[in-house]
Amino acid sequence: MTKKTICLSFGAIAVTLAATQFSIAEPTPKELQTVLHRDFHAKGQAKMDRVDQDPVQRVCTETHDKPPVGLEKALEADQLKTIVLPADNQLMGDWKRGEKIAASGTGMTWKDKPDAVNGGSCYNCHQLSPAQPSFGTIGPSLTGFGKKRGHGPDAQKYVYSKIYNAKAFNLCSQMPRMGYSGTLTEQQIKDLTAYVLDPASPVNQ
Amino acid sequence: MRALRGSVLLVAGALATAATLVRADDTTRQEIQKYQRMTSESSPVELWELQGADLWKAKRGPKNASLERCDLGMGPGVVKGAYAHLPRYFKDTGRVQDLESRLVTCMTTLQGFTEAEATKRVFGNADNPSDMEYLAAYVAGQSRGTKMQVSTKLPQEKETYELGKKLFFYRAGSWDFSCASCHGTEGKRIRMQELPVLSEPAGARGTYTTWPGYRVSVSQLKTMQWRINDCFRQQRFPEPAYGSEATVALTMFMAVNANGATYNGPGTKR
Repeated sequence: MTKKTICLSFGAIAVTLAATQFSIAEPTPKELQTVLHRDFHAKGQAKMDRVDQDPVQRVCTETHDKPPVGLEKALEADQLKTIVLPADNQLMGDWKRGEKIAASGTGMTWKDKPDAVNGGSCYNCHQLSPAQPSFGTIGPSLTGFGKKRGHGPDAQKYVYSKIYNAKAFNLCSQMPRMGYSGTLTEQQIKDLTAYVLDPASPVNQ
Repeated sequence: MRALRGSVLLVAGALATAATLVRADDTTRQEIQKYQRMTSESSPVELWELQGADLWKAKRGPKNASLERCDLGMGPGVVKGAYAHLPRYFKDTGRVQDLESRLVTCMTTLQGFTEAEATKRVFGNADNPSDMEYLAAYVAGQSRGTKMQVSTKLPQEKETYELGKKLFFYRAGSWDFSCASCHGTEGKRIRMQELPVLSEPAGARGTYTTWPGYRVSVSQLKTMQWRINDCFRQQRFPEPAYGSEATVALTMFMAVNANGATYNGPGTKR
């Protein structure tokens, strides 16, 4: 094989790869950004920075939620560092307050007041108390979670952290980063942790 | 028309009450489906279509003209079957347009409204629906029974479809959601609401062919532009502009995915 044919074959491979990965009509990342910044406008608390992706959102979008393992682990480690555990080391709050937070789906939209108390939207995606039949199925059922996992320090730390930043445990999870995004307060996450783990909570009855 | 509006409210009220009762007592999937059958059998959608037909023919705007010469893609004045072929590329505007953005074009060119006037109040409420909602119901209803045939033959149409697909899977916002977060996996629900997978023909066909839709819970007819707008609100995004390239592209993506299905709207929603 001459040098020229080698170059030609590499050229052909590159063209084939480009053709399989990108359809010609597909917008480039830059074009997509132009469309987003031109066609969306800030409204209420939903400012334009929300259309810009952070590394987690970008990697998950580009890989259709299946990032390469190395990158996934590295970004999960970064996300783990964002989690702020309560200074008083008390991770379980009041499950009764937690139940109300789990049921409320308000917060963070352009209609919601920025200083209003947000909900956790938990029931939108998870089954929790067996007494609440209106639950979503995008996330796994958490009914009996505390009964299965116990409510010791490890379980508490895991549940609190998972609610605070779900992406630290499963990078492309569909679950919002409730603490990291500023949706829920420390006390609210404590109350939700109790709702999931407390033996007295209806979730564990 | 007042009598007509009164009966709409009565029917809507009865349905809303039925909705509450059904929700309170029965929560199983079967009961939801039963309720959906019940509501689709006695939907007030036709009253919206009638009002829309009147508006279509009414002489309005600075030019005191009707919309009867509006070209929805099948020639001036052809309404029958037009919705099943939208969105599509329009030479006169040089844009791919959905029904609603095209109606805005006709209101400006034929009737002489400014674009700001034509889009001032596009989303109405139960007491006072918008002109756009009436018009969308009328035009869409004229495609009932027509097979969805949205073209991606022209480069502009293909590009719009691809842009829609990109936007559909674009994760961002406070909660990291894309459209696919809710509409990307088979058999999922938010609370009791089943979620169609709109990136696949099976899900897109059943859903796209029943929008615009009369929402029993709010006694209002809602358009596709509204549907997309409210999805982005729930995604915690900023607001997309009405009839923008982004929202038309998403409509295009879903419409093409629904190709081959028979248009059966405006439908009835929860």
